[in-house]
Amino acid sequence: MIKNEHVIITKNLTRAFGENLAVNQLSLTVDKGEVFGLLGPNGAGKTTTVRMLAALLVPTSGEAWVAGCQAGVDDQGIRQKIGLLPESPGLYDALTAEQNLAFYGEMYGVENKNQQIQRYLELLGLWNRRFEPVGTFSKGMRQKLAIARALLHEPEVLFLDEPTSGLDPQAARLVRDFIAELKEEGRTIILTTHNLEEADRLCDRVAVISGHLLALDSPRELRRKLFGRRVVFHLLEANQRLASELEKFDFVTEAQVVENKILVAVDDPEEQNPRLIRALVESGAEIQFVGELRRRLEDVYLELMGAVKGNQHE
Amino acid sequence: MNRIKAIITKEWREVFKNKFVIFTVSFLPIMITALPLLVLYFAGGSDDFSGLSSADLPPQFLPLCGELSGGDCMLYYLVTQFILLFMMVPVIVPMTIASYSIVGEKTTRTLEPLLATPVSTLEILVGKGLAGVIPAVLTTWGGYLIYAVGAHIMVANPAVVSKLFDPLWMIAIFLVGPLLSIMGVSISVMISSRVNDPRVAEQISGIFVLPVVGLFIGQMSGILLINERFILWMAAILAVLDAILFYFAIQVFQRETILSRWK
Ligand SMILES: Nc1ncnc2c1ncn2[C@@H]1O[C@H](COP(=O)(O)OP(=O)(O)O)[C@@H](O)[C@H]1O
Ligand SMILES: [Mg+2]
Repeated sequence: MIKNEHVIITKNLTRAFGENLAVNQLSLTVDKGEVFGLLGPNGAGKTTTVRMLAALLVPTSGEAWVAGCQAGVDDQGIRQKIGLLPESPGLYDALTAEQNLAFYGEMYGVENKNQQIQRYLELLGLWNRRFEPVGTFSKGMRQKLAIARALLHEPEVLFLDEPTSGLDPQAARLVRDFIAELKEEGRTIILTTHNLEEADRLCDRVAVISGHLLALDSPRELRRKLFGRRVVFHLLEANQRLASELEKFDFVTEAQVVENKILVAVDDPEEQNPRLIRALVESGAEIQFVGELRRRLEDVYLELMGAVKGNQHE
Repeated sequence: MNRIKAIITKEWREVFKNKFVIFTVSFLPIMITALPLLVLYFAGGSDDFSGLSSADLPPQFLPLCGELSGGDCMLYYLVTQFILLFMMVPVIVPMTIASYSIVGEKTTRTLEPLLATPVSTLEILVGKGLAGVIPAVLTTWGGYLIYAVGAHIMVANPAVVSKLFDPLWMIAIFLVGPLLSIMGVSISVMISSRVNDPRVAEQISGIFVLPVVGLFIGQMSGILLINERFILWMAAILAVLDAILFYFAIQVFQRETILSRWK
Protein backbone atom coordinates (compact mmCIF):
# COMPACT_ATOMS: atom_id res chain seq x y z
CA MET A 1 0.00 0.00 0.00
CA ILE A 2 1.66 3.19 -1.17
CA LYS A 3 0.62 6.44 0.42
CA ASN A 4 2.20 9.30 -1.41
CA GLU A 5 0.89 12.24 0.52
CA HIS A 6 2.36 11.23 3.88
CA VAL A 7 5.84 9.91 4.52
CA ILE A 8 4.73 8.38 7.80
CA ILE A 9 1.32 7.16 8.83
CA THR A 10 0.58 5.39 12.08
CA LYS A 11 -2.79 3.97 13.00
CA ASN A 12 -3.37 3.00 16.61
CA LEU A 13 0.25 2.01 16.81
CA THR A 14 0.79 0.16 20.09
CA ARG A 15 3.70 -1.57 21.74
CA ALA A 16 3.59 -3.38 25.06
CA PHE A 17 6.48 -4.75 27.08
CA GLY A 18 4.74 -7.31 29.24
CA GLU A 19 2.03 -5.37 31.07
CA ASN A 20 3.62 -2.03 30.32
CA LEU A 21 2.07 -0.14 27.39
CA ALA A 22 5.07 1.82 26.18
CA VAL A 23 3.20 3.23 23.18
CA ASN A 24 -0.56 3.31 23.30
CA GLN A 25 -2.81 3.72 20.24
CA LEU A 26 -0.66 6.32 18.54
CA SER A 27 -2.17 7.73 15.35
CA LEU A 28 -0.43 10.45 13.41
CA THR A 29 0.88 11.42 10.00
CA VAL A 30 4.07 13.15 8.94
CA ASP A 31 4.36 14.98 5.63
CA LYS A 32 7.25 15.09 3.25
CA GLY A 33 9.75 17.78 4.12
CA GLU A 34 8.38 18.18 7.60
CA VAL A 35 10.43 18.25 10.77
CA PHE A 36 8.21 16.43 13.20
CA GLY A 37 8.87 16.39 16.93
CA LEU A 38 8.02 13.65 19.38
CA LEU A 39 8.01 15.39 22.71
CA GLY A 40 7.66 13.67 26.05
CA PRO A 41 9.46 12.97 29.30
CA ASN A 42 11.64 9.92 29.91
CA GLY A 43 9.66 6.74 29.49
CA ALA A 44 7.02 8.42 27.33
CA GLY A 45 7.58 5.91 24.55
CA LYS A 46 9.53 8.13 22.15
CA THR A 47 12.31 5.65 21.56
CA THR A 48 9.89 2.76 21.30
CA THR A 49 7.91 4.66 18.68
CA VAL A 50 11.05 5.42 16.70
CA ARG A 51 12.17 1.81 16.93
CA MET A 52 8.85 0.58 15.61
CA LEU A 53 9.00 3.05 12.73
CA ALA A 54 12.60 1.99 12.03
CA ALA A 55 11.52 -1.68 11.78
CA LEU A 56 13.55 -2.59 14.85
CA LEU A 57 10.67 -3.50 17.15
CA VAL A 58 7.49 -5.23 16.06
CA PRO A 59 4.28 -3.36 16.98
CA THR A 60 2.00 -5.24 19.36
CA SER A 61 -0.97 -3.90 17.45
CA GLY A 62 -1.86 -1.12 15.06
CA GLU A 63 -0.19 -0.24 11.79
CA ALA A 64 2.57 1.98 10.50
CA TRP A 65 3.72 2.98 7.03
CA VAL A 66 7.10 4.53 6.50
CA ALA A 67 8.14 5.84 3.09
CA GLY A 68 5.48 3.69 1.48
CA CYS A 69 6.47 0.48 3.25
CA GLN A 70 4.36 -1.11 5.95
CA ALA A 71 6.09 -2.01 9.18
CA GLY A 72 6.08 -5.75 9.75
CA VAL A 73 5.40 -6.36 6.06
CA ASP A 74 8.28 -4.72 4.21
CA ASP A 75 10.81 -4.13 6.96
CA GLN A 76 13.77 -4.38 4.61
CA GLY A 77 12.21 -1.65 2.48
CA ILE A 78 11.88 0.57 5.53
CA ARG A 79 15.46 -0.03 6.61
CA GLN A 80 16.75 0.90 3.17
CA LYS A 81 14.77 4.15 3.14
CA ILE A 82 15.39 5.54 6.59
CA GLY A 83 18.37 6.80 8.54
CA LEU A 84 18.53 6.45 12.31
CA LEU A 85 20.47 8.25 14.98
CA PRO A 86 19.78 6.11 18.06
CA GLU A 87 19.73 7.40 21.60
CA SER A 88 23.38 6.53 22.01
CA PRO A 89 25.54 7.13 18.93
CA GLY A 90 26.96 3.58 18.93
CA LEU A 91 30.11 4.21 16.93
CA TYR A 92 33.03 1.81 16.80
CA ASP A 93 35.65 3.45 19.00
CA ALA A 94 38.57 1.44 17.68
CA LEU A 95 37.76 2.40 14.10
CA THR A 96 38.54 5.76 12.55
CA ALA A 97 35.78 8.17 11.54
CA GLU A 98 36.30 7.18 7.94
CA GLN A 99 36.23 3.45 8.69
CA ASN A 100 33.02 3.85 10.68
CA LEU A 101 31.30 5.51 7.75
CA ALA A 102 32.80 3.12 5.20
CA PHE A 103 31.42 0.19 7.16
CA TYR A 104 27.94 1.68 7.14
CA GLY A 105 28.28 2.64 3.48
CA GLU A 106 28.75 -1.07 2.85
CA MET A 107 25.79 -2.04 5.04
CA TYR A 108 23.51 0.31 3.11
CA GLY A 109 25.06 -0.60 -0.22
CA VAL A 110 25.87 3.05 -0.99
CA GLU A 111 27.24 3.18 -4.53
CA ASN A 112 29.25 6.41 -4.45
CA LYS A 113 30.42 5.59 -0.96
CA ASN A 114 33.65 7.56 -0.96
CA GLN A 115 32.10 10.76 -2.28
CA GLN A 116 29.30 10.51 0.24
CA ILE A 117 31.74 9.98 3.10
CA GLN A 118 33.82 12.95 2.02
CA ARG A 119 30.73 15.10 1.53
CA TYR A 120 29.39 14.54 5.03
CA LEU A 121 32.71 14.58 6.82
CA GLU A 122 33.45 17.95 5.22
CA LEU A 123 29.98 19.25 5.93
CA LEU A 124 30.38 18.39 9.59
CA GLY A 125 33.94 19.64 9.89
CA LEU A 126 35.37 16.18 10.57
CA TRP A 127 37.26 15.69 7.30
CA ASN A 128 40.64 16.57 8.79
CA ARG A 129 40.17 14.06 11.54
CA ARG A 130 38.93 11.21 9.38
CA PHE A 131 41.93 9.00 10.12
CA GLU A 132 41.64 9.34 13.89
CA PRO A 133 39.97 6.64 15.98
CA VAL A 134 36.51 7.68 17.10
CA GLY A 135 37.50 6.81 20.67
CA THR A 136 39.43 10.07 20.78
CA PHE A 137 36.44 12.19 19.68
CA SER A 138 34.42 14.50 21.91
CA LYS A 139 30.76 13.77 22.52
CA GLY A 140 29.68 16.45 20.08
CA MET A 141 31.94 15.12 17.33
CA ARG A 142 30.62 11.62 17.86
CA GLN A 143 27.08 12.82 17.62
CA LYS A 144 27.83 14.59 14.38
CA LEU A 145 29.57 11.54 12.97
CA ALA A 146 26.60 9.40 13.95
CA ILE A 147 24.29 11.81 12.11
CA ALA A 148 26.57 11.61 9.06
CA ARG A 149 26.32 7.84 9.29
CA ALA A 150 22.53 8.09 9.18
CA LEU A 151 22.68 10.30 6.08
CA LEU A 152 25.20 8.41 3.93
CA HIS A 153 22.56 6.62 1.88
CA GLU A 154 20.42 9.77 1.52
CA PRO A 155 17.41 8.36 3.36
CA GLU A 156 13.87 9.55 2.68
CA VAL A 157 13.23 9.92 6.40
CA LEU A 158 15.73 10.70 9.11
CA PHE A 159 15.05 9.66 12.70
CA LEU A 160 16.95 11.53 15.38
CA ASP A 161 16.41 10.15 18.87
CA GLU A 162 17.30 12.83 21.40
CA PRO A 163 20.09 14.23 19.25
CA THR A 164 21.26 16.79 21.79
CA SER A 165 20.71 15.09 25.12
CA GLY A 166 23.89 14.58 27.10
CA LEU A 167 25.80 17.15 25.07
CA ASP A 168 27.29 20.29 26.58
CA PRO A 169 25.46 23.46 25.53
CA GLN A 170 28.01 24.35 22.88
CA ALA A 171 27.97 20.92 21.25
CA ALA A 172 24.19 20.84 21.51
CA ARG A 173 24.06 24.12 19.62
CA LEU A 174 26.30 22.80 16.86
CA VAL A 175 24.09 19.76 16.46
CA ARG A 176 20.95 21.89 16.49
CA ASP A 177 22.41 24.18 13.87
CA PHE A 178 23.16 21.20 11.68
CA ILE A 179 19.63 19.87 12.06
CA ALA A 180 18.39 23.33 11.10
CA GLU A 181 20.51 23.08 7.93
CA LEU A 182 19.02 19.68 7.14
CA LYS A 183 15.60 21.22 7.61
CA GLU A 184 16.49 23.95 5.12
CA GLU A 185 17.36 21.25 2.59
CA GLY A 186 13.80 20.04 2.89
CA ARG A 187 14.50 16.71 4.52
CA THR A 188 11.85 14.80 6.39
CA ILE A 189 12.99 14.44 9.98
CA ILE A 190 11.44 12.82 13.03
CA LEU A 191 13.06 14.27 16.09
CA THR A 192 12.46 13.09 19.62
CA THR A 193 13.27 15.33 22.50
CA HIS A 194 12.26 16.20 26.01
CA ASN A 195 13.52 19.70 25.41
CA LEU A 196 10.74 22.06 24.53
CA GLU A 197 12.99 24.86 23.31
CA GLU A 198 14.56 22.45 20.87
CA ALA A 199 11.20 21.33 19.57
CA ASP A 200 10.20 24.97 19.40
CA ARG A 201 13.16 25.96 17.32
CA LEU A 202 13.39 23.00 14.97
CA CYS A 203 10.00 21.41 14.51
CA ASP A 204 7.15 22.29 12.19
CA ARG A 205 4.79 20.20 14.26
CA VAL A 206 5.11 18.47 17.58
CA ALA A 207 3.32 15.47 19.03
CA VAL A 208 3.32 15.48 22.82
CA ILE A 209 3.18 11.89 23.96
CA SER A 210 3.10 10.04 27.20
CA GLY A 211 2.35 6.53 26.10
CA HIS A 212 -0.57 7.89 24.13
CA LEU A 213 -0.89 11.07 22.10
CA LEU A 214 -1.66 14.10 24.28
CA ALA A 215 -1.51 16.87 21.75
CA LEU A 216 -0.37 17.49 18.19
CA ASP A 217 0.19 20.92 16.73
CA SER A 218 2.75 23.50 15.74
CA PRO A 219 5.02 24.46 18.64
CA ARG A 220 3.55 27.93 18.77
CA GLU A 221 -0.02 26.72 18.99
CA LEU A 222 0.93 24.07 21.47
CA ARG A 223 2.62 26.49 23.73
CA ARG A 224 -0.36 28.75 23.66
CA LYS A 225 -2.86 25.97 24.19
CA LEU A 226 -0.92 23.92 26.66
CA PHE A 227 1.10 26.33 28.61
CA GLY A 228 -0.37 29.78 28.09
CA ARG A 229 1.70 32.76 29.25
CA ARG A 230 1.87 34.40 32.59
CA VAL A 231 2.00 38.07 33.41
CA VAL A 232 3.06 39.25 36.80
CA PHE A 233 1.70 42.47 38.30
CA HIS A 234 3.70 43.88 41.19
CA LEU A 235 1.32 45.94 43.33
CA LEU A 236 1.79 48.03 46.41
CA GLU A 237 -0.67 45.67 47.98
CA ALA A 238 -2.19 42.63 46.32
CA ASN A 239 -5.34 40.87 47.45
CA GLN A 240 -7.86 38.28 46.38
CA ARG A 241 -10.47 40.89 45.49
CA LEU A 242 -8.20 42.30 42.77
CA ALA A 243 -7.46 38.82 41.49
CA SER A 244 -11.17 38.08 41.25
CA GLU A 245 -11.60 41.32 39.32
CA LEU A 246 -9.08 40.03 36.71
CA GLU A 247 -10.68 36.60 36.52
CA LYS A 248 -13.82 38.25 35.20
CA PHE A 249 -12.10 38.52 31.81
CA ASP A 250 -12.75 35.34 29.88
CA PHE A 251 -9.23 35.30 28.40
CA VAL A 252 -7.81 35.04 31.92
CA THR A 253 -7.65 31.40 32.89
CA GLU A 254 -6.15 31.98 36.28
CA ALA A 255 -5.19 34.83 38.59
CA GLN A 256 -3.20 33.98 41.65
CA VAL A 257 -2.07 36.15 44.57
CA VAL A 258 1.49 35.60 45.73
CA GLU A 259 2.73 38.11 48.35
CA ASN A 260 2.33 41.52 46.74
CA LYS A 261 2.07 40.08 43.22
CA ILE A 262 -0.75 38.81 41.10
CA LEU A 263 0.19 36.12 38.57
CA VAL A 264 -2.18 36.05 35.65
CA ALA A 265 -2.37 33.38 32.97
CA VAL A 266 -3.32 34.85 29.60
CA ASP A 267 -2.74 33.75 26.05
CA ASP A 268 -1.93 37.03 24.37
CA PRO A 269 -0.34 39.49 26.81
CA GLU A 270 0.55 42.08 24.16
CA GLU A 271 -3.12 42.42 23.35
CA GLN A 272 -4.63 41.85 26.76
CA ASN A 273 -2.30 43.53 29.25
CA PRO A 274 -3.57 47.09 28.67
CA ARG A 275 -7.10 45.98 29.51
CA LEU A 276 -5.90 44.19 32.65
CA ILE A 277 -3.92 47.23 33.74
CA ARG A 278 -6.90 49.50 33.23
CA ALA A 279 -9.13 47.16 35.22
CA LEU A 280 -6.61 46.99 38.06
CA VAL A 281 -6.26 50.75 38.21
CA GLU A 282 -10.00 51.20 38.16
CA SER A 283 -10.27 48.77 41.08
CA GLY A 284 -7.88 50.93 43.05
CA ALA A 285 -4.68 48.93 42.67
CA GLU A 286 -1.35 50.73 42.68
CA ILE A 287 0.84 49.10 40.05
CA GLN A 288 4.60 49.18 40.55
CA PHE A 289 5.84 46.90 37.73
CA VAL A 290 4.36 44.69 35.05
CA GLY A 291 6.36 41.85 33.57
CA GLU A 292 6.11 38.50 31.92
CA LEU A 293 6.82 35.57 34.16
CA ARG A 294 9.50 33.62 32.42
CA ARG A 295 9.31 30.21 33.90
CA ARG A 296 11.42 27.83 31.92
CA LEU A 297 9.08 26.32 29.43
CA GLU A 298 10.61 22.98 30.07
CA ASP A 299 9.74 23.11 33.77
CA VAL A 300 6.18 24.02 33.08
CA TYR A 301 5.94 21.24 30.61
CA LEU A 302 7.49 18.64 32.89
CA GLU A 303 5.07 19.67 35.61
CA LEU A 304 2.27 19.20 33.18
CA MET A 305 3.53 15.81 32.16
CA GLY A 306 3.85 14.88 35.81
CA ALA A 307 0.21 15.75 36.34
CA VAL A 308 -0.78 13.66 33.35
CA LYS A 309 1.21 10.69 34.59
CA GLY A 310 -0.25 11.04 38.05
CA ASN A 311 -3.80 11.01 36.72
CA GLN A 312 -3.12 8.01 34.56
CA HIS A 313 -2.01 5.96 37.47
CA GLU A 314 -5.07 6.75 39.56
CA MET B 1 29.06 -10.80 0.22
CA ASN B 2 30.43 -7.27 0.54
CA ARG B 3 28.52 -6.85 3.75
CA ILE B 4 29.93 -10.03 5.24
CA LYS B 5 33.44 -9.02 4.23
CA ALA B 6 32.94 -5.58 5.76
CA ILE B 7 31.68 -7.14 9.00
CA ILE B 8 34.65 -9.50 9.23
CA THR B 9 37.13 -6.66 8.67
CA LYS B 10 35.38 -4.48 11.21
CA GLU B 11 35.33 -7.26 13.81
CA TRP B 12 39.04 -7.85 13.41
CA ARG B 13 39.87 -4.16 13.61
CA GLU B 14 37.94 -3.94 16.83
CA VAL B 15 38.66 -7.17 18.60
CA PHE B 16 42.36 -7.42 17.86
CA LYS B 17 42.86 -4.11 19.64
CA ASN B 18 42.13 -6.03 22.81
CA LYS B 19 45.23 -7.39 24.50
CA PHE B 20 43.41 -10.27 26.12
CA VAL B 21 42.09 -11.44 22.79
CA ILE B 22 45.52 -11.23 21.19
CA PHE B 23 46.95 -13.16 24.11
CA THR B 24 44.41 -15.98 23.86
CA VAL B 25 44.53 -16.19 20.09
CA SER B 26 48.33 -16.37 19.99
CA PHE B 27 49.40 -17.93 23.28
CA LEU B 28 47.01 -20.87 23.32
CA PRO B 29 47.97 -22.26 19.89
CA ILE B 30 51.66 -21.74 20.66
CA MET B 31 51.32 -23.68 23.92
CA ILE B 32 49.35 -26.46 22.33
CA THR B 33 51.87 -26.80 19.51
CA ALA B 34 54.92 -26.55 21.75
CA LEU B 35 53.79 -29.09 24.32
CA PRO B 36 53.66 -32.16 22.05
CA LEU B 37 56.85 -31.09 20.33
CA LEU B 38 58.65 -30.99 23.68
CA VAL B 39 57.32 -34.44 24.53
CA LEU B 40 58.43 -35.77 21.18
CA TYR B 41 61.81 -34.12 21.60
CA PHE B 42 62.48 -35.88 24.87
CA ALA B 43 60.91 -39.18 23.83
CA GLY B 44 62.62 -39.25 20.46
CA GLY B 45 65.98 -38.39 21.99
CA SER B 46 66.02 -41.44 24.25
CA ASP B 47 66.65 -44.96 23.13
CA ASP B 48 64.20 -46.45 25.60
CA PHE B 49 61.55 -46.91 22.98
CA SER B 50 63.52 -49.19 20.71
CA GLY B 51 63.32 -51.95 23.28
CA LEU B 52 59.57 -51.66 23.58
CA SER B 53 57.34 -54.32 22.25
CA SER B 54 53.80 -53.99 21.09
CA ALA B 55 52.69 -55.65 24.30
CA ASP B 56 53.33 -52.44 26.25
CA LEU B 57 50.75 -50.49 24.27
CA PRO B 58 47.00 -50.39 24.75
CA PRO B 59 45.84 -53.39 22.71
CA GLN B 60 43.18 -51.39 20.83
CA PHE B 61 45.89 -49.19 19.50
CA LEU B 62 47.80 -51.90 17.70
CA PRO B 63 45.67 -52.05 14.56
CA LEU B 64 46.31 -48.34 14.04
CA CYS B 65 50.04 -48.90 13.97
CA GLY B 66 49.87 -51.14 10.97
CA GLU B 67 53.32 -52.32 10.03
CA LEU B 68 55.13 -50.04 12.52
CA SER B 69 57.37 -51.81 14.99
CA GLY B 70 57.02 -51.61 18.78
CA GLY B 71 59.10 -48.51 19.47
CA ASP B 72 57.79 -46.60 16.49
CA CYS B 73 54.29 -47.65 17.32
CA MET B 74 54.84 -46.15 20.75
CA LEU B 75 56.02 -42.91 19.19
CA TYR B 76 53.05 -42.87 16.90
CA TYR B 77 50.83 -43.42 19.91
CA LEU B 78 52.39 -40.43 21.59
CA VAL B 79 52.06 -38.30 18.48
CA THR B 80 48.40 -39.21 18.18
CA GLN B 81 47.67 -38.52 21.82
CA PHE B 82 47.83 -34.81 21.10
CA ILE B 83 45.22 -34.72 18.41
CA LEU B 84 42.52 -33.78 20.91
CA LEU B 85 44.65 -31.15 22.48
CA PHE B 86 44.76 -29.55 19.06
CA MET B 87 41.00 -29.64 18.97
CA MET B 88 40.87 -27.15 21.83
CA VAL B 89 42.25 -24.38 19.66
CA PRO B 90 39.28 -24.21 17.27
CA VAL B 91 36.85 -24.09 20.22
CA ILE B 92 38.55 -21.57 22.46
CA VAL B 93 39.84 -19.08 19.89
CA PRO B 94 36.48 -18.28 18.27
CA MET B 95 34.78 -18.24 21.66
CA THR B 96 37.15 -15.54 22.83
CA ILE B 97 36.74 -13.48 19.69
CA ALA B 98 32.94 -13.85 19.56
CA SER B 99 32.48 -13.11 23.26
CA TYR B 100 34.48 -9.91 23.00
CA SER B 101 32.88 -8.83 19.77
CA ILE B 102 29.28 -9.40 20.86
CA VAL B 103 29.46 -8.31 24.49
CA GLY B 104 31.55 -5.38 23.26
CA GLU B 105 28.82 -4.31 20.83
CA LYS B 106 26.32 -4.61 23.62
CA THR B 107 28.14 -2.47 26.16
CA THR B 108 29.03 0.20 23.60
CA ARG B 109 25.50 0.04 22.15
CA THR B 110 26.72 -0.31 18.59
CA LEU B 111 24.19 -2.97 17.66
CA GLU B 112 21.16 -0.70 17.31
CA PRO B 113 22.43 1.42 14.42
CA LEU B 114 23.70 -1.74 12.74
CA LEU B 115 20.31 -3.41 13.10
CA ALA B 116 18.69 -0.31 11.62
CA THR B 117 20.47 -1.01 8.32
CA PRO B 118 19.15 -3.48 5.75
CA VAL B 119 21.79 -6.04 6.75
CA SER B 120 20.19 -9.41 7.50
CA THR B 121 20.55 -11.35 10.72
CA LEU B 122 22.16 -14.14 8.76
CA GLU B 123 24.73 -11.78 7.24
CA ILE B 124 25.62 -10.35 10.65
CA LEU B 125 26.00 -13.78 12.19
CA VAL B 126 27.93 -15.26 9.30
CA GLY B 127 30.23 -12.22 9.36
CA LYS B 128 30.74 -12.33 13.10
CA GLY B 129 31.03 -16.10 13.00
CA LEU B 130 33.66 -16.10 10.28
CA ALA B 131 35.56 -13.38 12.15
CA GLY B 132 36.01 -16.00 14.87
CA VAL B 133 36.15 -19.15 12.78
CA ILE B 134 38.80 -17.97 10.30
CA PRO B 135 41.51 -17.15 12.88
CA ALA B 136 40.58 -20.30 14.77
CA VAL B 137 40.93 -22.55 11.76
CA LEU B 138 44.08 -20.79 10.59
CA THR B 139 45.78 -21.11 13.97
CA THR B 140 44.74 -24.76 14.17
CA TRP B 141 46.15 -25.45 10.74
CA GLY B 142 49.25 -23.39 11.43
CA GLY B 143 49.84 -25.22 14.71
CA TYR B 144 49.32 -28.55 12.99
CA LEU B 145 51.77 -27.61 10.25
CA ILE B 146 54.42 -26.62 12.80
CA TYR B 147 53.76 -29.82 14.70
CA ALA B 148 54.11 -31.92 11.55
CA VAL B 149 57.33 -30.21 10.55
CA GLY B 150 58.69 -30.49 14.09
CA ALA B 151 57.78 -34.17 14.26
CA HIS B 152 59.49 -34.68 10.93
CA ILE B 153 62.68 -33.19 12.32
CA MET B 154 62.59 -35.01 15.65
CA VAL B 155 61.30 -38.44 14.78
CA ALA B 156 63.68 -40.56 12.76
CA ASN B 157 61.25 -43.02 11.20
CA PRO B 158 59.45 -41.38 8.28
CA ALA B 159 56.71 -43.96 8.58
CA VAL B 160 55.74 -42.47 11.96
CA VAL B 161 55.74 -38.96 10.59
CA SER B 162 53.69 -39.90 7.58
CA LYS B 163 51.04 -41.17 9.99
CA LEU B 164 50.47 -37.51 10.86
CA PHE B 165 49.01 -37.12 7.41
CA ASP B 166 46.71 -40.10 7.53
CA PRO B 167 42.91 -39.68 7.26
CA LEU B 168 42.48 -39.62 11.03
CA TRP B 169 44.46 -36.42 11.33
CA MET B 170 43.14 -34.96 8.14
CA ILE B 171 39.53 -35.39 9.26
CA ALA B 172 40.36 -34.05 12.71
CA ILE B 173 42.18 -30.97 11.51
CA PHE B 174 40.28 -30.10 8.39
CA LEU B 175 36.73 -31.17 9.30
CA VAL B 176 36.31 -31.50 13.04
CA GLY B 177 38.36 -28.35 13.68
CA PRO B 178 36.12 -26.01 11.66
CA LEU B 179 32.99 -27.74 12.98
CA LEU B 180 34.18 -27.19 16.53
CA SER B 181 34.85 -23.53 15.85
CA ILE B 182 31.31 -23.04 14.50
CA MET B 183 30.06 -24.62 17.71
CA GLY B 184 32.22 -22.25 19.75
CA VAL B 185 30.86 -19.19 17.96
CA SER B 186 27.21 -20.24 18.21
CA ILE B 187 27.50 -20.95 21.91
CA SER B 188 29.22 -17.61 22.48
CA VAL B 189 26.46 -15.73 20.66
CA MET B 190 23.82 -17.22 22.93
CA ILE B 191 25.76 -16.66 26.13
CA SER B 192 26.83 -13.16 25.15
CA SER B 193 23.19 -12.15 24.81
CA ARG B 194 22.74 -12.70 28.52
CA VAL B 195 25.91 -11.35 30.14
CA ASN B 196 27.60 -7.98 30.10
CA ASP B 197 31.20 -8.94 30.74
CA PRO B 198 33.13 -10.59 27.92
CA ARG B 199 35.28 -12.50 30.39
CA VAL B 200 32.19 -14.04 31.98
CA ALA B 201 30.87 -14.93 28.53
CA GLU B 202 34.17 -16.53 27.72
CA GLN B 203 34.29 -18.49 30.95
CA ILE B 204 30.75 -19.81 30.63
CA SER B 205 31.49 -20.70 27.02
CA GLY B 206 34.61 -22.39 28.28
CA ILE B 207 32.49 -24.94 30.13
CA PHE B 208 31.71 -26.34 26.71
CA VAL B 209 35.39 -27.08 26.19
CA LEU B 210 35.18 -29.58 29.03
CA PRO B 211 33.82 -32.42 26.88
CA VAL B 212 36.88 -32.09 24.67
CA VAL B 213 39.13 -32.13 27.72
CA GLY B 214 37.17 -35.16 28.96
CA LEU B 215 37.82 -36.96 25.70
CA PHE B 216 41.49 -36.10 26.00
CA ILE B 217 41.73 -37.55 29.49
CA GLY B 218 39.74 -40.59 28.45
CA GLN B 219 42.10 -41.14 25.60
CA MET B 220 45.22 -40.61 27.72
CA SER B 221 44.03 -43.13 30.25
CA GLY B 222 43.35 -45.65 27.52
CA ILE B 223 39.58 -45.82 28.13
CA LEU B 224 38.91 -44.16 24.81
CA LEU B 225 40.50 -44.90 21.52
CA ILE B 226 40.64 -42.10 19.04
CA ASN B 227 40.49 -43.77 15.68
CA GLU B 228 39.05 -42.88 12.32
CA ARG B 229 35.61 -44.17 13.11
CA PHE B 230 35.51 -42.22 16.36
CA ILE B 231 36.57 -39.02 14.70
CA LEU B 232 34.06 -39.46 11.90
CA TRP B 233 31.30 -39.95 14.42
CA MET B 234 32.48 -36.85 16.18
CA ALA B 235 32.30 -34.91 12.91
CA ALA B 236 28.80 -36.16 12.18
CA ILE B 237 27.51 -35.32 15.65
CA LEU B 238 29.15 -31.92 15.52
CA ALA B 239 27.61 -31.15 12.14
CA VAL B 240 24.12 -31.79 13.53
CA LEU B 241 24.91 -29.94 16.74
CA ASP B 242 26.24 -26.96 14.77
CA ALA B 243 23.07 -26.76 12.70
CA ILE B 244 20.94 -26.73 15.86
CA LEU B 245 23.15 -24.26 17.72
CA PHE B 246 23.42 -21.91 14.76
CA TYR B 247 19.65 -21.96 14.39
CA PHE B 248 19.25 -20.83 18.00
CA ALA B 249 21.99 -18.25 17.57
CA ILE B 250 19.99 -16.73 14.71
CA GLN B 251 16.88 -16.60 16.89
CA VAL B 252 18.84 -14.88 19.66
CA PHE B 253 20.15 -12.40 17.11
CA GLN B 254 16.80 -11.24 15.73
CA ARG B 255 16.34 -7.47 15.98
CA GLU B 256 13.24 -7.80 18.15
CA THR B 257 15.01 -10.23 20.50
CA ILE B 258 18.09 -8.08 20.89
CA LEU B 259 16.20 -4.85 21.56
CA SER B 260 13.53 -6.26 23.83
CA ARG B 261 15.09 -9.21 25.62
CA TRP B 262 18.88 -8.89 25.70
CA LYS B 263 20.07 -8.09 29.18
N1 LIG C 1 13.32 -3.30 25.80
C1 LIG C 1 12.41 -2.97 26.72
N2 LIG C 1 11.95 -3.88 27.60
C2 LIG C 1 11.04 -3.56 28.52
N3 LIG C 1 10.52 -2.32 28.67
C3 LIG C 1 10.93 -1.35 27.84
C4 LIG C 1 11.91 -1.62 26.84
N4 LIG C 1 12.13 -0.47 26.16
C5 LIG C 1 11.35 0.46 26.72
N5 LIG C 1 10.63 -0.05 27.73
C6 LIG C 1 9.64 0.67 28.56
O1 LIG C 1 8.77 1.34 27.71
C7 LIG C 1 8.50 2.66 28.19
C8 LIG C 1 8.89 3.67 27.13
O2 LIG C 1 10.28 3.69 26.99
P1 LIG C 1 11.02 4.53 25.89
O3 LIG C 1 10.36 4.29 24.58
O4 LIG C 1 12.46 4.25 25.98
O5 LIG C 1 10.71 6.02 26.35
P2 LIG C 1 11.46 7.38 25.99
O6 LIG C 1 12.33 7.14 24.81
O7 LIG C 1 10.35 8.33 25.71
O8 LIG C 1 12.23 7.78 27.19
C9 LIG C 1 9.27 2.79 29.49
O9 LIG C 1 8.39 2.51 30.53
C10 LIG C 1 10.32 1.74 29.39
O10 LIG C 1 10.65 1.25 30.66
MG1 LIG D 1 14.27 7.51 24.61
